[in-house]
Amino acid sequence: MRRYHCAIWDEPVIFEMGQTGERGHILPAVEDEIKSAFQNVTSRIPPGMRRKQAPRLPELSEPETLTHYLHLSQQNFGFDSGIVAGVGTCTMKYSPKVNEQLCRMPQFADIHPLQDEETTQGILEIMYKVCKWLEEITGMDEVNLQPGGGSHGVFTNVCMMRAYHKLNKELEQRTDVIVPLLAHPCNPSSAATAGFKVITLEPDEETGCPDLGALKAVVSKHTAAMMLTDPYDTGVFDSNIEEYVKIIHEVGGLVLLDQANANSILGVVRAGDMGADMCQVNLHKSFSSPHGGMGPGSGPVGVKEEFRKFLPVPVVEFDGKKYRLNSDRPYSVGKTRSFLGNIQCALRAYAWIMALGAEGIREVAEVAVLNNNYVMKKLSDVRGLSLPYAKGHHRMQEARFSWEQLKKDTGIGTVELNQRIEDFGVANYFMSHQPWVVPEPMTPEPTESISKADLDRFCEMIRQLSHEAYTNPEIIRTAPHNCAVSRIDPTPMDDPKKTALTWNAYLKKRSSP
Amino acid sequence: MLREIGVKSIDELYADVPKKFILKRGLNLPKTSSEYEVRSQVMALLSKNKSFYEMPSFLGAGCWPHYVPAVCDEIIGRGEFLTSYTGDTYIDLGRFQALFEFQSMIGELVGLDAVSWPMYDWATVCGEAARMAARITGRQEVLVPKIIHPERLLVMKNYCEGLIDVKLIDYHPETGQLDLEDLKRKISSNTAAVYIENPSYLGFIEAQGKEISDVAHDRGALSMVGVEPISLGVLAPPGEYGADIVVGEGQPLGVHMSYGGGVMGILACRDEEQFLAEMPTLLLTITSTERQGEHGFSWWALPKRLHYESREKGKSFTGTNSALWGISAAVYMALLGPQGIRELAESVMQKSHYAMKRISEIKGIKAPIFDSAHFEEFTVNFDRTRKPVNRVHKALLKHGIQGGKDITSEFPELGKTALYCVTEIHTKEQIDSLAAALKGIVR
Repeated sequence: MRRYHCAIWDEPVIFEMGQTGERGHILPAVEDEIKSAFQNVTSRIPPGMRRKQAPRLPELSEPETLTHYLHLSQQNFGFDSGIVAGVGTCTMKYSPKVNEQLCRMPQFADIHPLQDEETTQGILEIMYKVCKWLEEITGMDEVNLQPGGGSHGVFTNVCMMRAYHKLNKELEQRTDVIVPLLAHPCNPSSAATAGFKVITLEPDEETGCPDLGALKAVVSKHTAAMMLTDPYDTGVFDSNIEEYVKIIHEVGGLVLLDQANANSILGVVRAGDMGADMCQVNLHKSFSSPHGGMGPGSGPVGVKEEFRKFLPVPVVEFDGKKYRLNSDRPYSVGKTRSFLGNIQCALRAYAWIMALGAEGIREVAEVAVLNNNYVMKKLSDVRGLSLPYAKGHHRMQEARFSWEQLKKDTGIGTVELNQRIEDFGVANYFMSHQPWVVPEPMTPEPTESISKADLDRFCEMIRQLSHEAYTNPEIIRTAPHNCAVSRIDPTPMDDPKKTALTWNAYLKKRSSP
Repeated sequence: MLREIGVKSIDELYADVPKKFILKRGLNLPKTSSEYEVRSQVMALLSKNKSFYEMPSFLGAGCWPHYVPAVCDEIIGRGEFLTSYTGDTYIDLGRFQALFEFQSMIGELVGLDAVSWPMYDWATVCGEAARMAARITGRQEVLVPKIIHPERLLVMKNYCEGLIDVKLIDYHPETGQLDLEDLKRKISSNTAAVYIENPSYLGFIEAQGKEISDVAHDRGALSMVGVEPISLGVLAPPGEYGADIVVGEGQPLGVHMSYGGGVMGILACRDEEQFLAEMPTLLLTITSTERQGEHGFSWWALPKRLHYESREKGKSFTGTNSALWGISAAVYMALLGPQGIRELAESVMQKSHYAMKRISEIKGIKAPIFDSAHFEEFTVNFDRTRKPVNRVHKALLKHGIQGGKDITSEFPELGKTALYCVTEIHTKEQIDSLAAALKGIVR
């Protein structure tokens, strides 16, 4: 095992730094003529609306500010920092640096979303083409870039599904949305946000997929939709999908397919061909936009012909000569966020697809699946670790393991192991969303970006965790040891009297008993 | 690796995918390109766009042109931040601290002690905040000004449909100010929140913040205020005039417009348990550690609050949001400091007022329509000229100027009107050129 220790800077909170009167940025000049004419312009603010006391922002010079945040960055772990093979559902892959340089060009970074189309033909062409490419990849008839993340794409699909039933005058009747328990949590929560009742389908203990009989028992004239995730976060591909689609369509419901895990099937199988009415893909996962530590992301939605009219506006159109934005879609759900979406992610996806080409895209999926099955094989004999569901089957992009046996044997569970692994110089792994149907879960996702040598190192770390749990559990219980901060007091995490979301709240709560 | 797994080909790994769905052909996509080819071809496409540097633009309306200091770009370009994920207290200490600092500085601007990390954008936060108010009060109606950004209204309706009625409150035609009498008529025992925007969508400052909050509170409703945060360098923090929830758009705080991809939602509320429990997002709290004097940071995890733990019973559905922009905003606010943010807001007001003065000197043009104090945006009315706004706009383009947003169809009662925006980066020369061009166009 290579040694690792995070940089430690004992970096104060920025409010503890600096000195009165210091500042880090000089503003553009206000010309003398303007200044003299409008010297007292703030006196026009109605008295009750004037700020009486300047906000207590930090007072630092430019280099001090830079160094403070640079130190903080050194106490953070990105894909670029080391092996990030453990973060399942998140599809952590390499984000090409050239794409960042392109996003920084003023002709992208400093253009306004409402500019005349004459002055944005370049970005409109990129958006138009990337939509066409995503249509080809997903097998859907029209793709729209508006949603600002994967969950937001799922919600946008629910809004369109609601608009569809409303237009058919069936919304009052169609109250139910059916969701497998292993579908991403944004699916049931989006359905609930849009006012639907959620019916949950438990996974079968052997297959990890809902039983067809269970689905048949809950469908009815009240069914508005089924919201699926395929492949699941367990890495299982739900091969019943054709049956689900048939059953749901027979009762007049729609199938909304969450494609956040599409990385394993790009160029291999398409949501549209499997019968989905709507789907979303994640440009910040499968299509290489960096995660940014939870955004900004992009979750374009794709729909079949029948549902195009419900897509958010505006949409990019091309008349053979010029690209233009069209908002004239009377049945549209309107907006689910402002402007056009996180177009920097579309720009990166354009560059990424262009670099890889058709063959490269399929290779991404194949290598991601290969890497995952390789890791599964390497971990198959780790003591205390098991892989529930679908025995003997291969998995797609990721696999959900269980440390249940290890916990029984040693008292050490996945939460503790997940702190200890950080001592080895890798990101913490993804355990699982709630509820933990797989006990003591661990869900790595190696993706196509990680070399065999690094996969081997990652597997050695997992093996080391198990070895330590059986031989030296104390080192795990007291972990992490090699990070920038020692173990925290967890009480503010669930006691609102101690919680401090701002420095000001902290100062107040610290001084009160 | 195939041998290790025990298969002969990768195809075998896809055994669970029904054969009929396996794509038998290659995707219809371009051929592979080198990094050089990608770069040169994308650059060629992007060079068809005109940035602010090549063409002065007077557009705002929810995404504003401000200068982004180089240090902001430097920090959020760091791979450790840019390519990280949700993370954890220990391995992602740096990001957690930076976002806690973001939350803290936003708190200073808006005058509330509980602040969320960055969300999608102002519009979606409006929707989330309306739902939050409905949960806190147990009521099903939200009152919003008739002069609200139409996009925000559309998004709010998508978030509220079937649960919360969104009703519009009228305004005084001379001043644009909210019609308090109409508010008092429409507010009821079912009103969860009264929402105003300050500065308003059309740029004027709503003077009755305190009165509106009082009306809301008298009827047991919450007061909700939407802000453009730079204005808070000179405007009173909404927390001071009674706001229980503050929402807003963080993009002006050091994030490039990026064709609208730079938006980031702000959400703050009173630091009280019943509010915290209804916050629909991940929140970062500061805490102590085993080492004396050391700070740690952690997700605030009041059990079962989010969909990650409670699925359909969670308070929201959102996952990946706009976290990276929050770091840029933290750097920006730290660079400016208390004096800088005040100077910035003053400079914006001075320049926008100069623009209003120059434009209103043109015969036939009225700027602004409303007799109220304005911040950085203002209405320009062309009713007494023969030109509709879109003709003025096309003519300005010929002068190399991107004019304001045409709002003629958004508020028909305001006639032929555009919404203009002037910030600290507009020069006197650019404003003079705009005025000269407009004068020629409407002559």
